[in-house]
Order: sequence, then structure tokens, then C-alpha cells
Amino acid sequence: MEVKTAPATAPAKTLPDQSKLEVRIRKRFAYSERAFDLNIHFRAAAGFTILFGASGAGKTTALDCIAGLAQPEEGRIVAGGETLLDSEASLSVPPWKRRVGYVIQDLALFPHLTAGENVAYGLHALAAEQRRKLSREFLNMFRIEHLRDRRPAQLSGGEQQRVALARALITEPRVLLLDEPLAALDRPTKSRIVDDLRQWNQTHHVPILYVTHSSEEVFALGEQVIVLDAGRIISQGSPHQVMRAPRLETVAQLSGFENVFDATVTALHESRGTMTCRLGAGPMELETPLVRADVGSKLSVGIRAGDVLLATESPRGLSARNVIEGIVRRVETRDVIVSATIDCGGTEFEVHLTLAAREALGLAPDKSVWLVLKTHSCHLMVK
Amino acid sequence: MNWEAFWLTVQLAGIVSALLVAIGIPVAYWLTYSRWRLKFLVEAVIALPIVLPPTVLGFYVLMALGSRSPFGRWWESVTGHTLAFTFEGLIIGSLFYSLPFAVQPFAASFSAVDPKLLRASASLGQSPLRTFHRVVLPLSKAGLVTGFALSFAHTLGEFGVVLMVGGNIPGVTRTISIDIYDQVQAGNYASANQTALVLLLVSFAVLSVVYGLNRRTMAVGPWK
Repeated sequence: MEVKTAPATAPAKTLPDQSKLEVRIRKRFAYSERAFDLNIHFRAAAGFTILFGASGAGKTTALDCIAGLAQPEEGRIVAGGETLLDSEASLSVPPWKRRVGYVIQDLALFPHLTAGENVAYGLHALAAEQRRKLSREFLNMFRIEHLRDRRPAQLSGGEQQRVALARALITEPRVLLLDEPLAALDRPTKSRIVDDLRQWNQTHHVPILYVTHSSEEVFALGEQVIVLDAGRIISQGSPHQVMRAPRLETVAQLSGFENVFDATVTALHESRGTMTCRLGAGPMELETPLVRADVGSKLSVGIRAGDVLLATESPRGLSARNVIEGIVRRVETRDVIVSATIDCGGTEFEVHLTLAAREALGLAPDKSVWLVLKTHSCHLMVK
Repeated sequence: MNWEAFWLTVQLAGIVSALLVAIGIPVAYWLTYSRWRLKFLVEAVIALPIVLPPTVLGFYVLMALGSRSPFGRWWESVTGHTLAFTFEGLIIGSLFYSLPFAVQPFAASFSAVDPKLLRASASLGQSPLRTFHRVVLPLSKAGLVTGFALSFAHTLGEFGVVLMVGGNIPGVTRTISIDIYDQVQAGNYASANQTALVLLLVSFAVLSVVYGLNRRTMAVGPWK
């Protein structure tokens, strides 16, 4: 994992310095019998920041630490200018004094209280009159005024979400943590709630950390995305930057590829979202998707044998960026698949094609062919 | 039917179960949320009266209340009389005797409250104590009523502890179960039967309330 694909330990430079939330956490956590080290450092400004990653990546553990519901072994959390946690100073503000709003997927509405009472729950310090006024305001803002006297059990999923959000926002949190609170909702309901949330934040300007494992939500919400994998930040940036290219795959995923080559990045073409990689010692080069790597970075390129096209004449007018001349070395038939080994100037490719294609091309050893390879058929992996 | 003994017993059971609500809630709170390694020892001590012969418990309570113990001496110096063979002594003995019947249902209902609600309450700015008051207690109503009713019913029928600690003083420490014993000793079977029937019906009524209240959650014991 030596490639500088993402700043794993330092926050991205593009974030403004007056950012409102800074989190540095190191904590051991377990996920389905495996233990990980959560080790993250990031800043989040006002607005949505998406924490994206598979189950077990450490997203929820990170939120628990920020809310004070879990204790990291080491770390520092500063929100809105106040230090909530500083392990070096043995400082840890208890969760009920952090003013961190936290809404989880199953919402945890108080079943014995009505919607109105749930919303007003965090306002114990206010006088009754003020409490009533404020909770009416929030019930209106989230369009649940008419549900005020119902218990959570009598509310639909979307209505429950609104109650949970109103309940968290009414306490004026300085950070809002949302752990997939909208995951169970249909899309129109979801986007209406998100709109309400954005509207609220136009006047409050708090960082909203939104955890999800759905890439669709990343594009729908994201201003800033942090990608977590096995407890580490592997990528960070706008949804476009993060989701499009640097889907760096780990060694575990290598097995799905018949062709795996060592590659060295030789040029970056940021304008067209690609880069050039030299395979092995060269001279063969491939145009691959752009990942956040520097010229000279060592990567692996994986190509599925079924993703390679063969042509018997030099093809023209193709959208595919990689056309490579080679010579057929071997042709083997396995069941209904023909596996051909093509030598391209010392680099051997395995190519799968059908029996019919083999006959149409008259494929046989020593025949000259052209390999055609789409940029996005080249999967980049961290070595 | 000895109404004097009956009302004395109801009074005793009422006072004891009310006190046990006050004592049992903090004890159950501690048992539910403490992470002390040796907590199980405390749990075992509290559960002891369930299996211990009442005479054994009564014997130790009598020793502790008597004028030879520091507590007994202190009580004597404050009030001018000993605790043994008094109604107050009976209350103290019964508190120990019925403690698990209050604490166990309390603790069971506290720990049945979804921890997510406690976390939500904390992130809404509520201290653990306030959370307990606003979330845990209201959601433990059935457990609280169960603990109250069970300790009431259990105190109603006690015999061994009462005999050891209170003796058999009419109007002071003669409870209904001792009265039944006396009637039988004296050969008054009809009177004993009457009194026993009243005790049976009252106990049945109380337990019906308990089981009716916990219909959905209870399998065998009210604290399961």
C-alpha cells in the first residue's frame, strides 16, 4: 500500500482551514470476528461530508467516537472550536455534553413518547412555554405537525425519520452525525428529507457527517467524500474524484483476473481522466483510468481475459484506447471457451473467445493479431 | 378469622414492598449498569433468600438486631428498646427476605430497555441519571409493578423469618401465617381454613395482576 493514492494520514489540502470539525482517531474495533485498527484523520467543513465504505470499514465506530459513545485509544476531536476529546490531555467530554447530534438507521425513537414529546426531548433546560414554541417550529419545518400526538409505532418509516431528525436538530448540535438514517426510504421521500436538512443547514452551517455504503447516495448528497476501507481513509475528495477512478482494488480481488501485470505510471492525462502505464520492463504501454497516483508509482493492472477483443487486421476508428499488435502463441479449447495466448513484444496476454469467434478469425499459432482493450477494462490495484 | 392478624400482615407487606421499591430501584440500577468484575457476588447475595431456609435468614437477622450486635445496641440507645420482637424488627427482616423479589424484576426490566435509546438520550444532552428517569423508568413500568406485587405477596405469606425475628405477639408481630399455625395447633380447623382461604385468594389476585401485566414477555418466571 505504498502508492500515494490518497492522503491517508493528512487531511486534503483543498479543505478550508476554518473547517469546523477535525477528527483524529485510532481505535481497535472488531467486525464479524476480525479486528481492525481504525486509524483516521480528517477535517470536515460545514455541509455534507460523506463517509463511504463497505460494512465493517469502521464508519459507525468513527461516528461513535465523535459522539462520545465509544472511546478511541488515542485521538483528538475538535468541533466548532471546542475540544471534545484529547487523549494526550486525558480529556473526554461525556456524550451528553458534546452537543453532537446523532441519528442512526433504526432511529431509536422513544416508544413511550409521542412524536411531539420525542422532538422536545432534548429541550429539558428550557421553560415549558419556550419548549412548546420551539418544538412546534421544528414539527412544522419537518412537516410533521399533524402527527404530534402519535406514538412512533403509529408512524410510517419516512415520518419516523423526520421525527428523529427534528429531535436531533432542535438541540442545536454543532456537528450532525447521520448513520444511514435514510437507507430504508424510497428515493422521493429521501430527497425531500435531504432538502429539508439542507435548508436547515443554510442557517446553521454545521458539518454533517453522513455514513453510507451506497454509491448512489454519494453522488446525490456529496460535497466532500471520504472513502474508508478496513479502518483507513483510502481516498478523499469530491464524489466525482473519488468514485470515478481511484477504485483501487486490493490483493484479495486479484484472483478474478487472468492477466495481472506489474505497471509503472509514465504519464497522467487529467483532462481526459486517463493515464499511461508501462507494463513490466516495457516497452508495452496501456492507457488506463486515472487514479490518484504519481508518475513513477508502481501498480498492478488486472485485465479479464474475456474483456479483450481480437482483430486479425489493424482496427481503425475505435473508441477503445488500447490497440496492441501481437502474435498468437497457443490456442487451447476448454469446454466451450477458447483460450488464446498472445505475445505482445514479450508480454503475454490470455484472451478468452468463443468457438465461433475462433473459427471466424481462423485463429492458430503464429498468426498476427491485434488486441483491443478499453481503458476501463484495465483495473488498477495497489501492489 | 383473625382480622387483627390480617390487617397487621397487610400493613407489614404494604410497608415492606413500598420500601423495597425505594431500595430496589437504586440496587437494580447498579446491578444493571455496573461493570464491576465481582458484581456476580452481589447478585448471589441478593438472591440468597430465594433458596435459604427462612429460619436461617431469620436467625441471622435476629442476631444482627439483638442487643449483642453494634446495630442492635445503636438502635437501643436511640429508641430505648430493642428491635427484636417488634414490628420494626419484622419490617427489617422482611426487607431482606423479599429483596430479590423486587430487585430481580426491576433489574430485568431495566436491562430490557434497548441500549440504543440510552445512546440516543445521551446524544440529546441527557445525563445518565436523567436518561434513567425519563426513558428507563417509564419503559420499566411493568417490571416495577411486578417487583412491588411479588414482594407484597411474598411478605404476606412469610412464616419462618417472622417467627424468628418477631415471635408471636398478638397485634404486634402475629402475622396471618402464624395465626393459621396457631389455629391448627389449637384444633380450630374451620377458622384456620377461613384464614388460609383469604391468604390464598389475595395471593392469587396479586399474582394474576403480575402475570396479566407481563403476558407478552414472560415465559416461566416474571424475571425471565
